[in-house]
Amino acid sequence: MSTTDDNTNDVSPEEAEETTEETPEESSQPDYDSSGDEEECHCSGPGLPILFFIIGFVAMLIFGWFIFPEFLYCKIKQPIDFNHVLHMEEVDKGCESCHFFREDGTFAGVPKNAQCIKCHAEVQGDDPDELEFVEKYISNGVEVPWLSYSRQPDCVFFSHAAHVKLANMDCAECHGPMGESTSLKVYEKNWLSQYSRDIWGKSVLNMLNMKQHTWERMKMYDCAVCHMEKTGRETSVQTAKDGCFVCHK
Amino acid sequence: MKEGHHHRKEKKFGMVIDLDKCTGCGACMVACMAENNVPFKQNETDKLDSITWMRVYKFDNGKKFPDTEVCFLPRPCMHCEGQSGHSGHSPCVSVCPATATDYDTDSGIVSQIYTRCFGCRYCMAACPYHARHFNWWDPVWPEGMEKALSPNVSPRMRGVVEKCSFCFHRYQLAMDEIYAKGHRDFDEKVPEYQTACTQACPTDAIVFGDLNNPNHEVNQIVKPDHNHRLTGKSGNPKVFRLLERLETNPKVYYLSSREWVRRAGDNYQGEETPENYKVKEVHH
Ligand code: HEC
Ligand code: HEC
Ligand code: HEC
Ligand code: HEC
Ligand code: HEC
Repeated sequence: MSTTDDNTNDVSPEEAEETTEETPEESSQPDYDSSGDEEECHCSGPGLPILFFIIGFVAMLIFGWFIFPEFLYCKIKQPIDFNHVLHMEEVDKGCESCHFFREDGTFAGVPKNAQCIKCHAEVQGDDPDELEFVEKYISNGVEVPWLSYSRQPDCVFFSHAAHVKLANMDCAECHGPMGESTSLKVYEKNWLSQYSRDIWGKSVLNMLNMKQHTWERMKMYDCAVCHMEKTGRETSVQTAKDGCFVCHK
Repeated sequence: MKEGHHHRKEKKFGMVIDLDKCTGCGACMVACMAENNVPFKQNETDKLDSITWMRVYKFDNGKKFPDTEVCFLPRPCMHCEGQSGHSGHSPCVSVCPATATDYDTDSGIVSQIYTRCFGCRYCMAACPYHARHFNWWDPVWPEGMEKALSPNVSPRMRGVVEKCSFCFHRYQLAMDEIYAKGHRDFDEKVPEYQTACTQACPTDAIVFGDLNNPNHEVNQIVKPDHNHRLTGKSGNPKVFRLLERLETNPKVYYLSSREWVRRAGDNYQGEETPENYKVKEVHH
C-alpha cells in the first residue's frame, strides 16, 4: 500500500517535468513568468484539487481497509493457552490423538477433556496455563470453552472426511500452520455476524482478492472456487456449480 | 484436475408410498418434525399457517355409508424433476428470484437455503402440492427443548420458506461415513440412507431410495419409464403420481390397488381414466 507521502512524491516529479517542457513556449509571455515560482503557477490549474482528491481517497481506503475492520472485530483470548509443538512431542498418534474421526465418519474437531486426562489428571509442571487447566477444568469435570477459529455459520455443512480421507488434503491447507504453533492466536469475532475472523479473512483480501494460501479466507466463494477446480461438478441447475446442499444443511 | 473418480453415479432419490398400507396414524409427521427441527405454534388449531413438511391428508370415495371407503395420503415435498428429465424446471425453482431453491442433478433433490430466502413466497404460489410453508414467526421452543434440536439441520427464522428436504442431512452424514471408511459411493456394503418418515412408518408403507438403482426396491416397484413424455412415469399400473398431467414429474409415487384412489390423483374428465388419458402436446 502506498502512503499519502508516496503519492505526493509520485505527483510532483511528473508535474516538474511538464513545467520544464512548457517553459520554452511560455517564455514569450513574461507576465506569467514573473508572477511567481512554479508552485504558485499550478495553484490555478486542476492539479491541486486532484491532489487533494487523491490524498482523501487514499485516506479513506486506509480507513476502510485497515482501521474500520479493527472496530468490526473484537478480540477475545482463548480460555487457556495451548502449545501444539510441545504436545506433538508427547503424544504417539500425531494430530489424530486429539483431532480424530469417530466411528461414524464425523470429525471430533476441538478436543474434549477426555483426550487430555490421561496425562493431565494431575499437574505435571509449573506452567500457569497447565495449572489453570487442571484446577479449573479437569478437577471440576468442566470442558474448556475453546473458541473455534474456523467454525462456519449454522447453515453450513462441512465434511472433514471428504477432504482429509477422500481428497487426501493436508490440515495446513485450510488451517495454516496451526499444528506447528507454540501458542494459540487471539480469537477475533465479528460484532455483526458473530463469525470468526478466519471465515472472511482480512478485509484487504476481500477487496483485492489477493489470497496466497487457501487458509487465509474460507467464505463461500473460496469453497466453491476450489470445488470448481478440483471436481468440475456442475450439478446445480441454477448456478452451474455445486448444488447448494453439498455445503448447506 | 477433472478426474474420473470425482464423478459418481447420478442419483435420483424418490419415494413410493403404499396407500393400501397407510393407516393414517401420523407417525411420519411426528418423526419428520422431530428430525428436522420443524417449529410449531402454541395453538395449532389454525392449520392454514401450520408448518408440516410431511402431512397426511384424508379423503374418501364420496359414497354413502355402507360403501364409504377412506384413504389417507401422506404428502412430503415431491422434488419435482420438471419437464424433459433432470432439467430442474420444477415449479418452485423456476420462479425463485433469489436462487434460494435449487435442483441438484446429482441427487435429484430440490434444496432450500433458508439464509438465502427473503420470503417472497412465489414458490409457495407455484407449488401445486402445498408442500411449502412460510415462517410467520420466529420459532419458539418450549423451555429446554432447544437442547433437543438436531445440530444437523439448521433452524429457520421468521420470514423464510421451508419444506421437506428428503432428509438430505442424513445423506451428508452417510457420505461422511462412506468416505471415512475409504469408499466412494453407496454399494452393497454401505446401504443407502433412509428418511425419518420411512423409518417411522409402522406398516412399512413408505419405500425410499435411488430410482436410478435397478437393484433398489423403489425402482422395482415404480419401474420408471424415462422415455415416456412424462419423465419417470411408472410402468406399474397400480402406481401413480399427483397431478401427473401438469408435467411437474414428481419423484414421489403412490401405490394403490383401488381404482378410485388412483383416479383421485388428478382431474380426470368424463371417460378419461388414469390409464388412457392423453398428455396434451405442447409445442416449444
Ligand atoms: C501425552 C500426554 C499429554 C496429553 C494427551 C496432553 N498433554 Fe498437555 N502437556 C503434556 C506435557 C508433558 C506438558 C508439559 C508440562 C510442563 O512441563 O509444564 C503439557 C503441558 C500442557 C499445558 C501447559 C503448556 C501449554 O501448552 O501452554 C497445557 C495448557 C496443556 N498441556 C493442555 C492440554 C490439553 C488441553 C490437552 C488435551 C487436548 C492436553 N494438554 C493433552 C502432556 C500431555
Ligand atoms: C494434545 C492434543 C492435540 C494435538 C496432538 C493436536 N492438537 Fe490441534 N488443538 C488442540 C487444542 C486443545 C486446540 C484448541 C482448540 C481451539 O483452538 O479451538 C487445538 C486447535 C487446533 C486447530 C484450530 C481449530 C480451530 O479452528 O479452532 C487446528 C487447525 C489444529 N489444532 C490442528 C492440529 C494439527 C494439524 C495437529 C497435528 C500436527 C494437531 N492439531 C495436534 C489439541 C491438539
Ligand atoms: C478443506 C479444508 C479443510 C481441511 C483439509 C481440514 N479442515 Fe479442519 N476445518 C475446516 C472447516 C471449513 C472447518 C469448520 C467446520 C464447521 O464449522 O463445521 C474446520 C474445523 C476444524 C476444527 C474445529 C472444529 C469445531 O468443532 O469447530 C478443527 C479442530 C479442525 N478443523 C482440525 C483439522 C485437522 C486436524 C485437519 C487435518 C486432519 C483438518 N482440520 C483439515 C476446513 C478444513
Ligand atoms: C482447496 C480445495 C477445497 C476447499 C478450499 C474446499 N473444498 Fe470441499 N472438497 C474438495 C475436494 C477435492 C472434495 C472431494 C470431491 C469429490 O471427490 O467428490 C471436496 C468435497 C466436499 C464435500 C463432500 C461432497 C460430497 O459430494 O460428498 C463437502 C460437503 C465440501 N467439500 C464442503 C466444503 C466447504 C463447506 C468448504 C468451505 C468451507 C470446502 N469444501 C472447501 C476441495 C475443497
Ligand atoms: C462449496 C460449498 C458451498 C456451496 C456449493 C454453496 N455454499 Fe453457501 N455458503 C458456504 C459457506 C462456507 C458459507 C459461510 C461463509 C460465508 O458466509 O461466505 C456460505 C454462506 C451462504 C449464505 C450466507 C449465510 C450466512 O448466514 O452468512 C447464503 C445465503 C448461501 N451460502 C447461499 C447458498 C446458495 C443459495 C447456494 C446454492 C446456489 C450455496 N450457498 C451453495 C458454502 C457453500
